[in-house]
Amino acid sequence: MIKIENIRKSFGDVEVLKGMDFLFEQGKTNLIIGRSGAGKTVLLKILVGLFKPTEGKVWYDDRDFHAMDKDALRELRMEVGMLFQGNALFDSMTVEDNVKFPLDMFSTMSAKEKRSRVNDCLERVSLVGANDKYPSEISGGMQKRVGIARAIVYKPKYLFCDEPNSGLDPKTAITIDELIKDITVEQNITTVINTHDMNSVMEIGDNICFLDKGLIAWKGTRHEVMDSENQNLNDFIFASPFLQRLKEKAKK
Amino acid sequence: MKEGPFFHIGRYIMWHKTIYQKSGNFAMYYRETIRQMYDIGIGSLPIVFIISIFIGAVTAQQFYYQLEGTAIPTYYIGYIVRDMMIIELAATITCLVLAGKVGSNMAAEIGGMRQKEHIDAMEIMGVNTSSFLILPKILGAVVTIPILVCIAAIVGIVGGYLASVPTGLYTEFDYVKGLRSFFNQYYVIMMFVKAFVFAYIITTVSCYQGYFVKGGSVELGQASTRAVVLSCVLLLVADYIIAVLLTSG
Repeated sequence: MIKIENIRKSFGDVEVLKGMDFLFEQGKTNLIIGRSGAGKTVLLKILVGLFKPTEGKVWYDDRDFHAMDKDALRELRMEVGMLFQGNALFDSMTVEDNVKFPLDMFSTMSAKEKRSRVNDCLERVSLVGANDKYPSEISGGMQKRVGIARAIVYKPKYLFCDEPNSGLDPKTAITIDELIKDITVEQNITTVINTHDMNSVMEIGDNICFLDKGLIAWKGTRHEVMDSENQNLNDFIFASPFLQRLKEKAKK
Repeated sequence: MKEGPFFHIGRYIMWHKTIYQKSGNFAMYYRETIRQMYDIGIGSLPIVFIISIFIGAVTAQQFYYQLEGTAIPTYYIGYIVRDMMIIELAATITCLVLAGKVGSNMAAEIGGMRQKEHIDAMEIMGVNTSSFLILPKILGAVVTIPILVCIAAIVGIVGGYLASVPTGLYTEFDYVKGLRSFFNQYYVIMMFVKAFVFAYIITTVSCYQGYFVKGGSVELGQASTRAVVLSCVLLLVADYIIAVLLTSG
């Protein structure tokens, strides 16, 4: 699990995060949702260490993330996988080399072991046989899956996904959501997903925190979203007239 | 907060500390260094060949024009071409051109990686990106650029020959006699010192511009331009400092 305590972050005079506490549970898909500019990306970057909080603590199980020394941090990095919004695949490398990159960089595995691990991961994301293709030669959905394969190649304990469905059609988005959810349960990972996608909220939101104006305005599960009285959350979730009509119908 | 020149100088110096902290397997660094050597060395050979042959040719032609009708012997032209190429032109002109070709390429490559979140991805994996992305480039450049400069000096001297002997300005005997006169090995050391320092400047300044780029494609273009301009200016400043240091006393 990952726990955040009183996380604050300022850029100059602007306070983006104004004190947040939340528990991202193990074996569950934890969603961070909110409007653009609510602070989701900043929070995610603080969780993975790309930003340092102005105040507050991030706990990876019993480890205080921002107080760790370099060696401990390096060890923790081996337990973290991340899927980026734009996939962040290396254009000059093949799918196999992309997935293998963390192993090449840090592991002492033999070439055969690495290849076997990569093939396992590619099989898990249904990309068998795509080893020699370059990112530019595969579709957006396949690139996402390569990103997931790379994120899980080191068998992480913590998985972070930044807008995993952005730029994907609804059908592919559901496939990616299901894949992330399945991997989370199978490997008992603490998964944190930053998303705008309402399908994701309703389908895989085991644990949701809704950010509004730098604060956590609502916490709950996907089953509790529909009954929430929080006006801001309702405005966000049921923003489109179609969804509003759907909600009213469901209530009736 | 505005980031002034002192901020950048400070950050550039402090950045070196992380560049030389290796993280990850040696094989990955080795592979990347070989790739950089190939890109910088083999990739720059044609342009180095073309510019140096013409610089040698122009130097020979110009000095023939200046010395014609004077009491200075014609064979001095070979000697002048040789020393000008070795002491100054091979290193300076080659590196100015490489600042444009290699420097802008490095700034754009690393800046593009920053914008496409490749650097963030590597950081999260635990890679020291300053080291993994920059150190192979530095090693590749400081090994291959001095070799390129050496090639430029030789090709420039050949260029001087081609521009004068076949065209009948003077004889082959005069040119070769000039090349073999008053040779000082120290000038070759000066050439390599300059090439080494220039290679370091081009690489680190260009990579710095790319690594810390913020914003979108406009800023990346600006960073790439800044990399070339700053590299060229610093290269000329370094040229003067090296000349003073190595010729004084």
